[in-house]
Amino acid sequence: MSTAIEHSTYNYKVVRQFAIMTVVWGIVGMLVGVWIAAQLAWPLLNFDLPWTSFGRLRPLHTNAVIFAFGGSALFATSYYVVQRTCQVRLISDKLAAFTFWGWQLVIVLAAITLPLGLTQGKEYAELIWPIDLLIAVVWVSYAAVFIGTIYKRKTSHIYVANWFFAAFILTVAVLHIVNSMQLPTSLTHSYSIYAGATDAMVQWWYGHNAVGFFLTAGFLGMMYYFVPKQAERPVYSYRLSIVHFWALICVYMWAGPHHLHYTALPDWAQSVGMVMSLILLAPSWGGMINGMMTLSGAWHKLRTDPILRFLVVSLSFYGMSTFEGPMMSIKTVNALSHYTDWTVGHVHAGALGWVAMISIGSVYHMIPRLFGKKDMHSVDLINVHFWLSTVGTVLYITSMWVNGIMQGLMWRAVNADGTLMYTFIESVEASHPGFIVRWLGGVLWLTGMLIMAYNVYMTVSSKASEKAAAQTA
Amino acid sequence: MTSQAMSGFWSLWISVITLGVIAFCWWLLYGNRKTDTAQAANGEVETTGHAADGIEEYDNPLPRWWFLMFVTTIVFGLCYLALYPGLGNFKGLLNWSSTGQWEDEMAHAEEFYAPIFDQYAQIDVQTLANDPDAMQVANRLYQNNCAVCHGSSARGGYGFPNLTNNSWLYGGDVETIRHTIINGRNGLMPPWVDMLGDEGVDTMSHYVLSLSGLEHDAAKVQEAAPMFQAICSSCHGSDGKGSAAMGIDSIGAPDLTANTWLYQQPGESVYDSVSYTLRHGRNGLMPAQARYLDYGVELPANLDSLTPKEKAELMPKLHLVTAYIYSLNQGK
Repeated sequence: MSTAIEHSTYNYKVVRQFAIMTVVWGIVGMLVGVWIAAQLAWPLLNFDLPWTSFGRLRPLHTNAVIFAFGGSALFATSYYVVQRTCQVRLISDKLAAFTFWGWQLVIVLAAITLPLGLTQGKEYAELIWPIDLLIAVVWVSYAAVFIGTIYKRKTSHIYVANWFFAAFILTVAVLHIVNSMQLPTSLTHSYSIYAGATDAMVQWWYGHNAVGFFLTAGFLGMMYYFVPKQAERPVYSYRLSIVHFWALICVYMWAGPHHLHYTALPDWAQSVGMVMSLILLAPSWGGMINGMMTLSGAWHKLRTDPILRFLVVSLSFYGMSTFEGPMMSIKTVNALSHYTDWTVGHVHAGALGWVAMISIGSVYHMIPRLFGKKDMHSVDLINVHFWLSTVGTVLYITSMWVNGIMQGLMWRAVNADGTLMYTFIESVEASHPGFIVRWLGGVLWLTGMLIMAYNVYMTVSSKASEKAAAQTA
Repeated sequence: MTSQAMSGFWSLWISVITLGVIAFCWWLLYGNRKTDTAQAANGEVETTGHAADGIEEYDNPLPRWWFLMFVTTIVFGLCYLALYPGLGNFKGLLNWSSTGQWEDEMAHAEEFYAPIFDQYAQIDVQTLANDPDAMQVANRLYQNNCAVCHGSSARGGYGFPNLTNNSWLYGGDVETIRHTIINGRNGLMPPWVDMLGDEGVDTMSHYVLSLSGLEHDAAKVQEAAPMFQAICSSCHGSDGKGSAAMGIDSIGAPDLTANTWLYQQPGESVYDSVSYTLRHGRNGLMPAQARYLDYGVELPANLDSLTPKEKAELMPKLHLVTAYIYSLNQGK
């Protein structure tokens, strides 16, 4: 890193830090993912130890990939994009540095507390209250840096990518603070201030908007900068940006109840959640269309540019999973899919296919520019990484479709006398081949991330082409 | 469950914001419905004129198919909210509720399947136990209700009794088995380390081993014998054969002479298991199953005075499971 040339205008240091940690946490999070996928296929790998049991490692995996890997990617790209599109430096280098070190501390604390079994018991909000407080402080600082930078921009217009980043940052602050309202009973334990169905609804209002704003709006911000930049084409439709942005952020807020179909949640809330989830299809696809159509006139670049391939294929998976989501929110479909591996496959279509692939494409775009190099060390290795990720995602989601639909059908099958045709354990046995295929998909993904780490290391540490910084930056 | 109506304010609030968001989407679409593409003289579509870090933006119209898809989902959503509960207290034109749907499906299933089980209720347990068709149905009930603890082969596991070896904590006659399944059981062994001391736990463990004819230290057995009679015999009997002979009134004290150890972990020695039990006690719980097997059954106050046939008619599925457990122990 010593070879990097400090940019005269922009704060690239914090972007570099977050970009490198994106790769590091990606490897850590996916390693844990591969491990727990293996545990489902071969339970012996729990090692009969509490700290390595599936129940503790699963939240470690989700926190590591969503908040450590995805979070670092969002910090890196949003700081990069907001500076370049507003043509100003971040308002405070110190506050930006605080967000970096604060966020890394949150991740390390998560990696310690979760295997120890310290949890709030809320999915994707497992971290205990002292860490929640730290997250809130870091996040508010992030909002101050990002929005402050937009405020003192030198351009007249706020670029569309920044709308999405800003919506993501503000909404996640609200979601995190409201859902984490707890009454502490000790340093490591607390009770939710909400009770019963209300608590469940608040949790899934948070949970689904974590998907909607953290994993969708934030990454759409990434898409709106890196796709046109890498394709060197204008964005397809400004008008579409406006319509789908406002529709997306208004409607996403309502979709949470579809996680609680056929539960104690009142019928009216389930209906509203389902209707809004269906209406969400078009706003979601708006982003995909805008990204895809931006490539018109530049499709030939896909033949030679694996970074663009990452970005475009991520949009395909985004389109696919945002079609699948509304479909699964229909109560009749949900009656089959709920609690099965189909849900797990759906999440990973989004998490691997969309979130991880767009992040990886964006990081590959940024690394040479951040470190003053002409290009990545090896374009061929980017291509290998691309194919490992694509095949890995396909293996993952197809095995989970097969498993999920099979489980749903087995659980509801009845004999002529009305008794259940299969016991639960029979559905687990039948799922075993799918568990192995899913694990293989994860192994391919992890391999790709290791190749990326090597490629990034070689790029950053190379002595060549430092002069290129002047042109590319 | 009857859903409680919310107050008029909340009902109105929900309706207004739900329809408000949908109306907002409609307005967004309507306001941007322009379909003509402004083309510059050179045939290129014009950009908006602003650029961010070199990125320009076209102002292409909304794709028509996308526009129509958006409109379709909105129309579908409004129809759904008219037909089903969603807008506050409005029940929807179909008057559908999830509770109502569930009750309908349960009533339908009852109508369809109840006659099958009512037939079996007329047949006594001993006859059912030898009827392969009945036992196949009973096996399905067992696998989905009992196997999760007792195992699919009913041979039990750590803390879960083996149901196939004719060794009983509470007695194995038909009515006792039925009683156990209806009401469940709670077997409590108190911890004795405070009374016995560490040494007493050791000598008593040897005494228990000796009852089953396992390898033991004779001197320690002799030492523990008076204490066994003073403390342990009140539940396990002076001969250590337990309380199963009491039948329906058994307290579930195991037979210590049968060399059957409910709380022996795989690989654990009998000595370690027994001394752990003496030291810490055990608390075994079999939940009452009547309401799970025969969903919604109301147990009458005079349940114990009903005849076996009356019990079978009241709980026909439980009757079948009783016969199944009974059948597993025949000829043993």
